[in-house]
Amino acid sequence: MDFSFSEEQTLLRNTIQSFIQDNYDFDKRREIIQSEEGMSKDNWKQLAELGLLGVPFSENDGGLEFSSVETMIVAEEFGKGLVVEPYIQTVVTCGGFLRRASEAQRQEHLPRLISGDEIWAFAYAEPQGRFNLADIKVSASKSGDDYTLNGDKCVVSAAPWAQKLIVSARTSGDQSDKEGISLFIVDKANDGVSTRDYKTVDGSMASEVSFENVKLNSSSLIGEEGNAHALIELVADETIAALCAEAIGAMSVLNETTVEYCKTRKQFGQPIGKFQVLQHRMVDMFMQYEQSVSMTYMVNLKLEEEDIERSKAASGAKVQICNAAKFIGQSAVQLHGGMGMTDELNVGHYFKRLSMIETQLGNADHHLKKYSLAS
Amino acid sequence: MDLNFTKADQDFRNEVREFIEENFSSEINAGQNIEKYHEVTSDQMKEGILSWHKTLYKKGWIAPHWPVEYGGIDWSITQRYIWDQECANAGTTPLIPFGLTMLGPVIIAFGNDHQKDWVLKGILSGDDWWCQGYSEPGAGSDLASLRTKAERDGDHYVVNGHKIWTTLAQYADWMFCLVRTSNEGKPQEGISFLLIDMNTPGIEVKPIITVDGGHEVNEVFLEDVRVPVENLVGEENMGWTIAKFLLGNERTGIAGVARSKKAIDKLKDIANSELNNGEPLMKDSSFNKKITELEVDLTALEYTELRTLAKESQGQGPGVESSILKIKGTEIQQKISELTLEAIGNYASPYITPLSVRNFGSNYLEVGPEHTQGVSQNYFGMRKTSIYGGSNEIQRNIIAKMVLGL
Ligand SMILES: Cc1cc2nc3c(=O)[nH]c(=O)nc-3n(C[C@H](O)[C@H](O)[C@H](O)COP(=O)(O)OP(=O)(O)OC[C@H]3O[C@@H](n4cnc5c(N)ncnc54)[C@H](O)[C@@H]3O)c2cc1C
Ligand SMILES: Cc1cc2nc3c(=O)[nH]c(=O)nc-3n(C[C@H](O)[C@H](O)[C@H](O)COP(=O)(O)OP(=O)(O)OC[C@H]3O[C@@H](n4cnc5c(N)ncnc54)[C@H](O)[C@@H]3O)c2cc1C
Repeated sequence: MDFSFSEEQTLLRNTIQSFIQDNYDFDKRREIIQSEEGMSKDNWKQLAELGLLGVPFSENDGGLEFSSVETMIVAEEFGKGLVVEPYIQTVVTCGGFLRRASEAQRQEHLPRLISGDEIWAFAYAEPQGRFNLADIKVSASKSGDDYTLNGDKCVVSAAPWAQKLIVSARTSGDQSDKEGISLFIVDKANDGVSTRDYKTVDGSMASEVSFENVKLNSSSLIGEEGNAHALIELVADETIAALCAEAIGAMSVLNETTVEYCKTRKQFGQPIGKFQVLQHRMVDMFMQYEQSVSMTYMVNLKLEEEDIERSKAASGAKVQICNAAKFIGQSAVQLHGGMGMTDELNVGHYFKRLSMIETQLGNADHHLKKYSLAS
Repeated sequence: MDLNFTKADQDFRNEVREFIEENFSSEINAGQNIEKYHEVTSDQMKEGILSWHKTLYKKGWIAPHWPVEYGGIDWSITQRYIWDQECANAGTTPLIPFGLTMLGPVIIAFGNDHQKDWVLKGILSGDDWWCQGYSEPGAGSDLASLRTKAERDGDHYVVNGHKIWTTLAQYADWMFCLVRTSNEGKPQEGISFLLIDMNTPGIEVKPIITVDGGHEVNEVFLEDVRVPVENLVGEENMGWTIAKFLLGNERTGIAGVARSKKAIDKLKDIANSELNNGEPLMKDSSFNKKITELEVDLTALEYTELRTLAKESQGQGPGVESSILKIKGTEIQQKISELTLEAIGNYASPYITPLSVRNFGSNYLEVGPEHTQGVSQNYFGMRKTSIYGGSNEIQRNIIAKMVLGL
């Protein structure tokens, strides 16, 4: 057993840290999220040049063929920097589907993804579906070799920036059957695809996406028709593992900032960090963080295991991260007093991002239940 | 002890309900209606808040908790309880507390006749909007360390300093302000309570945008602001006594039981319409349990508040009990906002810009079912309640010291 990082992994971490230092201080981030575009295309290009968009892909596909530990490092550092560029959406989630797609699909799509020319978003959530990845009404009906896609997806993260979408759709079965779900690659420019784009509370962007008689041919089908559910679960778990890493990055900044603030802010003639009730709160924040780091390592090391083990690991980690995100976010604001409530300070922005990670791909309740069903 | 409503109470309830139905219009008074707040401009907001205030003023129901001779009403605690409940049920615009709950009772207790006349009149009619100038960058929880100073110059005080977190100062005509008039003795002993006209030269109000994207609080800079000596309340250097009296009243108002009840009803409606694996979320046992626990907690608070009110009606002013009401009241409000956020699932994410801050950037679009609008912002914004009005840590310190004798 070994929890240490290799020299290469530390180097990777340093590379990202200096990227963030140079390009992503808090004011620059503010400019980016307030711009019309909502993200920085320059940053995206730089991430491509650093090779980061190729982290999980095989060398054959033009990637770095790194493990989930490297993805975890990237996501954690992005979490520290509150990076809004859609790394997880494009590389981890959509990349997760694509690296398991056919040779032809990989050749067609991966070069442009890895080079930073195309951003990808995964359209899975539906208004009635909450966190159930199999509760799908969007339908793809087949005639001959072609499919026709109809229906609505909601809160599709990163879709405003994306050129390509991966869409989960029902090709057979009832609304929440696990069988009968298929995955399609959809060009956002296709006839019949329309989006309503908006900013999200955590500084990112998302869309409501509608499909109206969108024509797809069979080359856009990922894997076998009707059999996508297991793959969706797998990639969702990989995404959760990356989100956990992003979350611990954000938590670590909040904890450090809060401790530092409590050492310097004086009331009643002493640093407020001298008040024991605040000390204990910060100790609890610290313990929550450490527990979250442990669960994040655990899930990232278990992604290769069998479905049930992996799924338990992901759900367990997500429960820990949700609870810690809430406690650390709320506590950081509280200990900063009025300052914690301001838009000017970074504290509120980390709190908001952590709050959104709580709901992304299922909140604590959802994963507690999933965990207990798997046990 | 008796928990029942009399026939007279029932009649009173009907009268109140009818009055609200006939006079409250959610369109005109939408200013503070959370579900609609993003559709309202800041001028409309002020107008909206005041329009309900003015309706109540005309009816004579604007200050039930004041003594009758100053424009109050001698409602029993049961009637006040009914009134709060009916207002919450109808979702009436919350009244701004700075004049009615905070300053009014101060003036009644400490003001001179002249002040009792003009200050109370302006509060009752709504013609004067008051804001609270207590906190400073260096004086938050440790309020007594405040440094904004007032120096006597003939018939005036000359005030210099910097207030912060001043709620809705952007609308205010007047500010009641704690200032330092002496550096002798303990810090508490050199504080005075001044009424400052916000139109006096030397005052600058700067907005602070909060995490929810709203503009509610401000910084107020005071530079050589000349305040007539007659605007001193009580004696010079007795401001701390007044300030503490006022904070006691502020905390009582913060419990917000009736509105929390209403918010829980709304949360249940949402949980009934949100689906979870094809079933209403309300049927999900773990979510249901969380709501139920919250309801029980609120019931306990309700009866704690009623016990406090009953004591008060026997002439015992709000004591340390008000700290319990503040802590529990705000914790419950925060929990409601948290569960509401949880209920709406994926639609937690879209950012709806409050119209009052549209000129600070970002465009506006409504996304998702109506009941999801502004829920996230409300959750983030509600974090303020355990910070303001004396943080919940400070309230616990007060109970530890004053009640438990620690
Ligand atoms: C089942 C059991 C087995 C034990 N076994 C051993 C043993 O094998 N060998 C041995 O030497 N001792 C043993 N102890 C004793 C144990 O170490 C002491 O009980 C412990 O150190 C607390 O001391 P105390 O009981 O005097 O409580 P106190 O020190 O009086 O503490 C009372 C309360 O005040 C709190 N408190 C005290 N100081 C502070 C502070 N600065 N800040 C915040 N809170 C504070 C404590 O947390 C506690 O809640 C045992 C105790 C128990 C209950
Ligand atoms: C939305 C909002 C509206 C407000 N409106 C007004 C207004 O209209 N007028 C006005 O005058 N003020 C207003 N305030 C200010 C409010 O009263 C202060 O924010 C509050 O008193 C806390 O002070 P602070 O922000 O300086 O935090 P600090 O006092 O610096 O506190 C920081 C943290 O330290 C903790 N802490 C401090 N001292 C102790 C202690 N002794 N023991 C344990 N913990 C401690 C606090 O609980 C808090 O968690 C408002 C604040 C907010 C957020």
